Amino acid sequence: MQDNIKSSSYKELEQKSKYTNMFLRWFLYFVLILFASYFIFPLYVMVVTSLKTMEEIRQGTLLTWPSSLNFDSWLVAWGGRGYGAGDTFLRPYFWNSIKMVVPAVFFSTFIGAMTGYVLTKWRFKGDQWVFLFLLFGCFIPFQAILLPMARTLGTLGISNSVVGLVLVHTVYGIPFTTLFFRNYYISVPTELVKAARIDGAGFFKIFFKILLPISAPIIVVTVIWQFTQIWNDFLFGSTFSFGEAAPIQVALNNMVLSSTSVKEYNVDMASAIIAGIPTLIVYVLAGKYFIRGLTSGAVKG
Amino acid sequence: MKTLKIEELSKNFGATEVLRKINLEIDEGNFLVLLGPSGCGKSTLLNIIAGLETINEGNVFIDDYNVSKVEPKDRNIAMVFQSYALYPSMNVKENMIFGLKQAKTSKEKIAEQLEKVSTFLQVDKLLERKPSQLSGGQRQRVAIGRALVREPRIFLFDEPLSNLDAKLRVEMRREIKKLHQQLKTTVVYVTHDQTEAMSLGTKIAIMNHGVIQQNETPENIYNKPSNTFVADFIGSPSMNLIKGKLIKNSNNISFVADDSSLEVPINNYDFKENSDLNNKEIYFGIRPEHIYFKKLNEDDFDINLRADLSEYIGHEQIVTLDYSNQEILAKFPSTIKIELEKEMKLYFDLAHISLFDLKTKERI
Repeated sequence: MQDNIKSSSYKELEQKSKYTNMFLRWFLYFVLILFASYFIFPLYVMVVTSLKTMEEIRQGTLLTWPSSLNFDSWLVAWGGRGYGAGDTFLRPYFWNSIKMVVPAVFFSTFIGAMTGYVLTKWRFKGDQWVFLFLLFGCFIPFQAILLPMARTLGTLGISNSVVGLVLVHTVYGIPFTTLFFRNYYISVPTELVKAARIDGAGFFKIFFKILLPISAPIIVVTVIWQFTQIWNDFLFGSTFSFGEAAPIQVALNNMVLSSTSVKEYNVDMASAIIAGIPTLIVYVLAGKYFIRGLTSGAVKG
Repeated sequence: MKTLKIEELSKNFGATEVLRKINLEIDEGNFLVLLGPSGCGKSTLLNIIAGLETINEGNVFIDDYNVSKVEPKDRNIAMVFQSYALYPSMNVKENMIFGLKQAKTSKEKIAEQLEKVSTFLQVDKLLERKPSQLSGGQRQRVAIGRALVREPRIFLFDEPLSNLDAKLRVEMRREIKKLHQQLKTTVVYVTHDQTEAMSLGTKIAIMNHGVIQQNETPENIYNKPSNTFVADFIGSPSMNLIKGKLIKNSNNISFVADDSSLEVPINNYDFKENSDLNNKEIYFGIRPEHIYFKKLNEDDFDINLRADLSEYIGHEQIVTLDYSNQEILAKFPSTIKIELEKEMKLYFDLAHISLFDLKTKERI
């Protein structure tokens, strides 16, 4: 008798929890979709605006769909209108940025890997102090070093050049890249290094033959991080370069702010998207390794 | 000529003393086990022999040649690590020949060595695999193989079996023993597992706090521990140490436990020194397996003890007994029925006792 009462009340509870769960689930989706659309909204406006003509922009609203796919403003943003003075367009600056970002990412990543390797596998007296000071470099506000850096670049004779920017970004990338690699290598068993030493491998051989081949995840993380940082940098670019040598973010700023006559929203939007595309590509190509590399550590033999 | 000789070796990390005046010698073909609890310095000692750690004081000789400042690769040693330390990005073959390649060995010689060792260790079918595709036992084999191809003078093993599960560990232990019997290479082997040490070693050096406590054959370590640390460390359960004192009159000498009047005659004990024995405070050491349920030898001493607890572990049982308020353990076959809370007649095998000074903890 008692069992019957119990089983019926269980059924009721089961029904109830089913409804609660369903409600919560739908609520969850609702919230997620809401946030996602909130997040994607600016991008939508940018893309749509860049495809409209100025006429359409004036007449429609932000959300109106363009009447036809019109890439004219993209071409203008990339290649200019073809008349002489005052025509700013992104192409040369885009290549400036590429010429800056590729060596800067390469050198800072490589040096960071090397430093991380030394700090974990070739410990020396005071190494934790070296690491501490490097960490300190992560927290220095970059505004604080603008003047001394400008002096240094001037003395070296590489101010207002892509080479100068490569140097600046490499130097200020090292604290972060070192941190990444150090934290990765600390979970690699030191016995690997010992075994390699007994096998007769030296400092560089161990690095290139044993550690670097297993560093892919952290290299991806570092490259994405450095690429984004350097590509999107405006402060160093605008301080240490002007005119011809400026990277794309500085040129973008000049373009948008220095339009003499009418504000061409479609061209501005197209330029902003162009300036953001390379980082997007890097994320799409390597994004899944990014999370994996950040969370994974140990390479068990 | 000693294959390996360590002389007055000391090592400290900053203010921490890790090894203190270590002296050690190994003859050709011996299997020396460094045994001790974690933090006793045994792994540091092995790393020093390998040349992976620097020395603060003292010297290391291999074949009478002082190698204290020689690079690891030039010491003619090979090492097997606890985590196997196989290079993750290389396959088995590349792992095994990495050392030979570094030493610029000729291609023919490398191929020959690889063939020989991989067949010997039965890893010849695995040569193309990556370490991550191997089981624990296979990894262990490859790690040993990597050491073998170099044909070293001395093999160093750093707790090679601790990462394996219990069953595999016993199997691999037997294989290492077999390997040593076949190759007769000198081995230094670090472990914290006394069964491993006992079954593998021709000599065992027991270490504690950076000092070698005893360095002898497994039989001597087991039967004649040189101090209470060794007595306590070796054996499972470990040796019973009963507090009490010696009583000596004209021609008899006996042991009396604290709070007891029972005199245990120990006339046949082989004292290191015979003076000053009367009233000496000592530990009376007897192993659980040397307390019998039945009289086995003529000299066995019969004694009545109360059983308080019995732990059944399959083939035997461990019984907790009360010896005048001191807890002692005894090991009996599990077939014997023990009545708890009751006195029973037991026999001490006096041929297998050890006596230690209460103050110095040294064997007397």
